[in-house]
Amino acid sequence: MTAPLIVFFVLAALAVIGAVSLIFQKHPIHSALSLIVVMIALAGLYLLLGAEFVAAVQIIVYGGAIMVLFVFVIMLLNAGVEEHTSISKMAGPAGLLLVIALAGLVAATIVRSTDSILGTMQTGEMSSPSGVSKTLGISNMIFKDFVYPFELTSFLILVAVLGATVLAQREKS
Amino acid sequence: MVPTNYYVILSAILFGLGVFAFIFKRNIITIFMSIELMLNAVNLAFVAFSQVWHRLDGQVFVLFVIVVAAAEAAVGIGIIIMIVRNRQTLNVGRVDILKL
Repeated sequence: MTAPLIVFFVLAALAVIGAVSLIFQKHPIHSALSLIVVMIALAGLYLLLGAEFVAAVQIIVYGGAIMVLFVFVIMLLNAGVEEHTSISKMAGPAGLLLVIALAGLVAATIVRSTDSILGTMQTGEMSSPSGVSKTLGISNMIFKDFVYPFELTSFLILVAVLGATVLAQREKS
Repeated sequence: MVPTNYYVILSAILFGLGVFAFIFKRNIITIFMSIELMLNAVNLAFVAFSQVWHRLDGQVFVLFVIVVAAAEAAVGIGIIIMIVRNRQTLNVGRVDILKL
């Protein structure tokens, strides 16, 4: 077993344990901390895949901004332990069936494609292994090929800021 | 080196766990976090396939997904604050104003 494979399995186990912990924690703040573990593990996997810029953005935006927002709101709303309702009895079997069907479909697709291109190709062997040139390539793509989507993104963020402000403001009585 | 299959399978597992959490959790904030988990799973698949094809499109798309997730988090948390202000609960079972 080579070193990258060991690192992969450690990070993958960390991510899956974090996701399972998100489901089984009763308090939302514990779920949020589990999700941070998943995100940091995924950032490590991006580094392993050679995507340094995406790993940095993952840590800064997801681990930093979005999760701080979540924890902030959980504390602001003083969210307590989750309570059970009668609806979960009905959703249980149907949801489990749906999840198993989804996992089966994805697994079948992956198993079927093992012999084709996915199984033979190995990751981590980029033609340009230098991280600087890869970040340069990403910036070239964003500001040349994807410049219209990029500009639309700024509009989307403007709309989101306005929407959040309007939704969260206190109504005048 | 790590086969790409492993990354895709991990992505599928994380997405399935996200769907599971989305269906089973009762707390609206936790449901919201499970959506973020699903987006993260998709991002992992994007980066893995980006490495397979030796192209950077996948990584650029991941950046767009992260931007959309941030915008979605801002709006969604505004909605959550609104719900809590109007109904004094975080339990989605109690937000049933559209129920007949």
